[in-house]
Amino acid sequence: MIAETGLAALWLAAALAALQLVAAWAGIARAETDLVRLVRPVAVTQGLLTGFAFLMLMLLFLRSDMSVALVAQNSHSMKPWLYKFAGTWGNHEGSMLLWVMVMGLAGMGIALFERSLARDTHIATLGAQALISLGFYAFLLFASNPFARLDPAAADGQGLNPLLQDPGLAFHPPTLYLGYVGLSVAFSFAVGALVTRQVDAAFARAMRPWVLGAWVMLTLGITAGSYWAYYELGWGGWWFWDPVENASLMPWLAATALLHSVSVLATRDGLRAWTVMLAVVAFSMSMVGTFLVRSGILTSVHAFAVDPRRGSFILILLALYIGGALALFALRVGAVREGNRFEAVSREAMLVINNLLLSVLLGLVLIGTLYPLLTEALGTKVSVGPPYFNSVAGPIALGLMVVLAIGPVTRWRRDTLRSVARRVAVPALVAVAVLATVLAWAGGWIGILPLLGLVAAALVGVASLAPLWGRNLRRTPLFTYGMVLAHLGCAVSLAGMASESAFSVEKLVAARPGDVIRTAGWTVRFTSVQPVAGPNWTAMEGRFDVSQGTGKVQEIRPQARFFAEPPTNTTESALLTRWNGQLYVVLGDSLDDGRWQLRIWWKPFVTLIWAGGGLIGLGGVLSIIGRWGRGWRRLRRRGQAESYA
Amino acid sequence: MRSWLLWAPLGLFVIFIGLFASGLFQPDDRQIHSGMLGKALPAFTLPAGASDRPGLSTADLKTGKPRLLNIFASWCVPCAAESPQLVELARQGVTIDGVAIRDAREDVDGFLKRWGNPYGRIGLDARSALQLSLGSSGVPESFVVDGKGIIRYQHIGEIRPEHIAVIRQKLAEAAQ
Repeated sequence: MIAETGLAALWLAAALAALQLVAAWAGIARAETDLVRLVRPVAVTQGLLTGFAFLMLMLLFLRSDMSVALVAQNSHSMKPWLYKFAGTWGNHEGSMLLWVMVMGLAGMGIALFERSLARDTHIATLGAQALISLGFYAFLLFASNPFARLDPAAADGQGLNPLLQDPGLAFHPPTLYLGYVGLSVAFSFAVGALVTRQVDAAFARAMRPWVLGAWVMLTLGITAGSYWAYYELGWGGWWFWDPVENASLMPWLAATALLHSVSVLATRDGLRAWTVMLAVVAFSMSMVGTFLVRSGILTSVHAFAVDPRRGSFILILLALYIGGALALFALRVGAVREGNRFEAVSREAMLVINNLLLSVLLGLVLIGTLYPLLTEALGTKVSVGPPYFNSVAGPIALGLMVVLAIGPVTRWRRDTLRSVARRVAVPALVAVAVLATVLAWAGGWIGILPLLGLVAAALVGVASLAPLWGRNLRRTPLFTYGMVLAHLGCAVSLAGMASESAFSVEKLVAARPGDVIRTAGWTVRFTSVQPVAGPNWTAMEGRFDVSQGTGKVQEIRPQARFFAEPPTNTTESALLTRWNGQLYVVLGDSLDDGRWQLRIWWKPFVTLIWAGGGLIGLGGVLSIIGRWGRGWRRLRRRGQAESYA
Repeated sequence: MRSWLLWAPLGLFVIFIGLFASGLFQPDDRQIHSGMLGKALPAFTLPAGASDRPGLSTADLKTGKPRLLNIFASWCVPCAAESPQLVELARQGVTIDGVAIRDAREDVDGFLKRWGNPYGRIGLDARSALQLSLGSSGVPESFVVDGKGIIRYQHIGEIRPEHIAVIRQKLAEAAQ
């Protein structure tokens, strides 16, 4: 019964989305107040129903109901409960239901809490949101029903992709999905504003919290995904430019650009058409990402079940929504009045440069990701890897860092080069000092990009704090702290990346128990290899006594795991974290003569990469709280004023 | 802004959609061969990868005689599994040159002592630079190079006993 109830709730929600769309359309077109009044309650009910459907699916997974096809294919009664729980969304159908649920709940949030937007734009936004949801309802109900029954029921399940059986990854996809869906809300706002031709500061203020929220989720999702790839894939890298990684990076780049242009629109009422365009691009990157991951048209380390029918479905949705939005943009944007202008030296101009650099980077990543597809269509197979991506992304990222150092200390509307230069003088001096120190201490050439990376990190690290100089810290708004923290996070993360790439020491050896390997100041004694067993895997576990210099000896235990169902091998690298870096040990294959392939890395300050990601996300959260607080206080003041009148 | 310019994003988007659609209906074949097949070797000079063998440069591979260029590493387990076949090929008179990837000379010496040394020359590619420019993405891999230094054939993964005949045939073709 649980499955049938869930399915019924889903159908009902789909019907309500259709009603929401029709009521919004007709209500605006014919100015029928009764229809317009219908839209918000319908959106709330629709959101509740999707939440209910998702809970039902979760219940089925927790009870290991093997009469449901999805549970039988993706779960196992022996699996730890956390992974049964995470199994709800750790598969295609479940993740699409998660998408629909978040979308429904977001629609509910817009209906309940949005107050500052003009009524028609608000209703048009909800109509657009319903239109997007309808496509995904159709996708779920016709092409990937999560509640389909299995007759007869299976004796037991077939497990979950073992690579995905990891606490980090249980929560990494839903975080990204929240980000993707958040961008769909921004997209709906943009469509709503185009429909009513009201692209203005109020629209930007209404859209901003959703963009911020989506961006925070994408930031955290990418950070978690990068750390997962780092310790699970066992090659010591933290970013592989894999198509699935790029699929999450591209929406983030677009969202970062959008976040900055939306603040120009909200604060100075400039960049109107560009902001709308970016909102469309950001959501299309989410859909392209979903399409690339789910259709499997590009080779990737992420082994998802691939089905061309599903790929076609997402492609059709992508074509309809984005094609439709771009056509609407072309038709309507001429009617959008030009916003406020600004001088060449101003905060706005800096934000425009930021946007241009981010867009160029986005374009280059997109081209690199899709290039194999293009050449395949023309008949040859290639793969595009780190040599391309690093060499294009590195210089642009450095350019972005320079703008990031200057932008926040530049005044809105107009400023002079002289006063900007005075404000960035101290960070620039620190950067030069770092350059000199690294050159002297590293005693030679560490590669131009890592060197510039360290210098840029120093520059931005100091410059990011500049907006707080000379301010009353207690009266500084929370969102200013948010900005400072997020920019500081960029510097921290960049420092980690540069240090990892410049100073990592790699040692690849074949060794047998008893051997001692010395590398980068570490003594690694290979003591033994033992078989161990977990709940649904067995592993060969290496035991290593490691010590740094003459320090304390510690034991670490990397594993080569074997999962029986489905038969898969994974590596569990052993990480030993010190304040100044991580020791990373991987147990590889074994040789006939009793030796094992070992991979050992010492990675100085590598953890800064993810710490920086966390700081960026935290900065975003502070900004959201700060904006909400201000909006709420403003609303309350207005309420009081009205009651006095 | 000119009105046709406003339609440019849509035009670009339609091209992308076409590309995606064509990719969706391509047959599934995931082994990616090097884009260097049929082309001349990139210019390189590598230091010696073992103490009793000279290093390797482009000129060494343009001797008028086809040869096998084997990408390997002392830390690589399938490379050890492959070595009996390489030793057998060398015994049959095939000239084999090696490129040791991300390796150290003393480790390569140990590897050769244990598994036999079929190589004429061994270059040390400490940062995988040559490997990447050859379009090779893993170890072991082997390339058949003809007498003019043109790459004729790529074998991905270890050479198993059943592959010896194929390799010999490709070498014979390269000699013509």
